[in-house]
Amino acid sequence: MKFAVIRFPGSNCDQDCLRALQTFEGASADYVWHKDSSLAGFDVVVVPGGFSYGDYLRCGAIARFSPIMAAVKKFAAEGGPVIGICNGFQILCESHLLPGALVRNRDLHFICEHVHLRVENASTRFTRTLSQGDVLRIPIAHGEGCYFADDATIEKLEAENRVLVRYCNARGEVTPEANPNGSRNNIAGICNEAGNVFGLMPHPERACDALLGSTDGRAIFQSLLSV
Amino acid sequence: MKAIVTVMPKPSVLDPQGAATAEAMKHLGLESVGRVRVGKSIEIEFPSAPDEAKLHEIARDLLSNPVIEDYSIQIL
Repeated sequence: MKFAVIRFPGSNCDQDCLRALQTFEGASADYVWHKDSSLAGFDVVVVPGGFSYGDYLRCGAIARFSPIMAAVKKFAAEGGPVIGICNGFQILCESHLLPGALVRNRDLHFICEHVHLRVENASTRFTRTLSQGDVLRIPIAHGEGCYFADDATIEKLEAENRVLVRYCNARGEVTPEANPNGSRNNIAGICNEAGNVFGLMPHPERACDALLGSTDGRAIFQSLLSV
Repeated sequence: MKAIVTVMPKPSVLDPQGAATAEAMKHLGLESVGRVRVGKSIEIEFPSAPDEAKLHEIARDLLSNPVIEDYSIQIL
């Protein structure tokens, strides 16, 4: 299975993603430059973290208009799996591939730490090697990761079971204290209606090697490989 | 000619930057300060009158995000 890791000017988790993916049996990965316009030959698209276009205007706002994003939208519309991590999640929201937006963290700080996530839906192609209620320990690193959407959108996401991971404490309890950034309903990651586009603020690629303190992120990539 | 596009967070969106700025104003002695919202202002120069419909399209699609922000356009 071949992963495309999109590189924008200012992406900085592209190498982490590529390196993490290369440790999986059956996976290969290559970079795709933002000025390219084709994803031919790729099976999965990864929109990595970073500060695309310096986060000018709004996080992800300018990346949305990159030539490659037209190809990503087409790839997603045809059912191809797309995962957006951190800035990648912001880009997918700005591109309307996912609903809502990521705004400044509640306490205005840039937060870089390991957090706990509860798996809320384990029947998607991104979570199928996990079980509902599993608690993952994965790092976050963002200043604008507070998930916001209007009431109707939040209700729809919840009703359709599209919140895949939620911030929780080590015991798996979803509490206000376990919410690092003020996201509505402790939302850490959501998928689109068709279930083939997933965006999350935490970095699973930074939790793929025991040397980095956790290997809990592996299950997400492993799920994509377990067709 | 010049167009000024003002982009403000929607009233329903938490604006921690505005809240922190309000606190700082109080510390500086402006105790009567109420709610503060922080947005942005974008100045665009044109050699002649701009296409207003196109400008609205750009203000909606690029300069603001309608999920979290409202915009207004002033042409000078």
